[in-house]
Amino acid sequence: MIEKTDVIVIGAGPVGLFAIFELGLLNISCHVIDNLDKPGGQCAELYPEKPIYDIPSRVKITGQELTDDLLAQAKPFNPVYHLNQQVEKITKLETNEWIVETSQNKKIQAKCIVIAAGAGSFVPRKIPIDNFDHLEGKNIVYAVRNKSLFEKKKIMIVGGGDSALDWTNELSKIADVTLMHRRKEFRAAPDSVSKMLELEKDKKINFLLGQIDNLEDLKNGQINVIVKNKDEKKNFEVDYLLPFFGLKMELGPIANWGLNLDENLIKVDTEKFETSVSSIFAIGDINSYPGKLKLILSGFHEAALMAQQCFKYCFPDKKNVFRYTTSSKELQKKLNS
Amino acid sequence: MKIKVTDREGNKHELEGDANSTLMEILRDAGLDIEAACGGCCACATCHVYIADKWIEKINEKDDDEESMLDQAFDVKDTSRLSCQINLSDDLDGIELELAPD
Repeated sequence: MIEKTDVIVIGAGPVGLFAIFELGLLNISCHVIDNLDKPGGQCAELYPEKPIYDIPSRVKITGQELTDDLLAQAKPFNPVYHLNQQVEKITKLETNEWIVETSQNKKIQAKCIVIAAGAGSFVPRKIPIDNFDHLEGKNIVYAVRNKSLFEKKKIMIVGGGDSALDWTNELSKIADVTLMHRRKEFRAAPDSVSKMLELEKDKKINFLLGQIDNLEDLKNGQINVIVKNKDEKKNFEVDYLLPFFGLKMELGPIANWGLNLDENLIKVDTEKFETSVSSIFAIGDINSYPGKLKLILSGFHEAALMAQQCFKYCFPDKKNVFRYTTSSKELQKKLNS
Repeated sequence: MKIKVTDREGNKHELEGDANSTLMEILRDAGLDIEAACGGCCACATCHVYIADKWIEKINEKDDDEESMLDQAFDVKDTSRLSCQINLSDDLDGIELELAPD
């Protein structure tokens, strides 16, 4: 089934969320796609509790507060969010519309695409050890999709955050789990930490102080994790290694869409913020133009101008009458509904 | 002030620092391969460096926030620091460091 909308916004960070609002003011409907499990992008994922001081009129606001307010501001326009998925492929139709396909096999058709992807999609950080790519998804697992894979297996989980601790506690029910971390302090939620320590006390899991030094493919379905603690090294043979070192950002499939790039940024004009491909726009940290400043407020400005051009693609026969939210009865009705 | 950096390939760079910047800002603006994804607010671990032994005691101490973010870094050593948390000052003239793996 193909879902239809006017505009597909890629990225649900602050600029993507404000784009929904600016497009909505012009009666343009949106679907929004993001690889994280929640909207907010870097603001919600990297620094939800940290203060931001340069949003006009907001003396001080945290990343999460900004996200919540932008979501509320976009809400009257009924955006449809597609979370936990990445756009993998785009195809242009004869009608000049686009079909976007996501990693969850969703297909969405729209007249324009707005890329508001910040520094790219968040993906798990991988171990910086070369030559083990072939074990990824086999012995090395960065995201658990199917728990039963680990049943009665010997696994090593590495890290000290929520993912590492939550999976240690959960998988201890079905697998032989060793948790390894570089220190015996954890930044995960206190509840998960005390649960893990209890499991360790009851010998339901094993805790190991150390870091990954190297890996070895044992070619029998297992891998040897060479573990280092200070100057001491030892071998640790396991079926699965689950490293949880947080997330990093990658441009991903966008790099292959034929857009003119400037290093890892998408070149746009400063009138419409359109890319080298017509009806594809790029706003926020992901774009590049002379004088670009990577600020949320620049992204907001870019969203407003982008929306003007999207209107022309979405309603080629209609005249766009410029209106202020303060004076337009029609807009107020929509915003207060 | 000078900053002496060894990159991941072992190449040496001598950078000009200034006392109003963080170490990360100088490394990033010099075009070295340092991601600094969060922009310097100690919310990721992508500006991880190893400070040369003799310099480690001269720089501002790391706080709990930084120690906790280092949990997301690979191959953390006693000399590991997040470069965005190091405030440069004139007494750090000549500081030597190495980029950590990414």
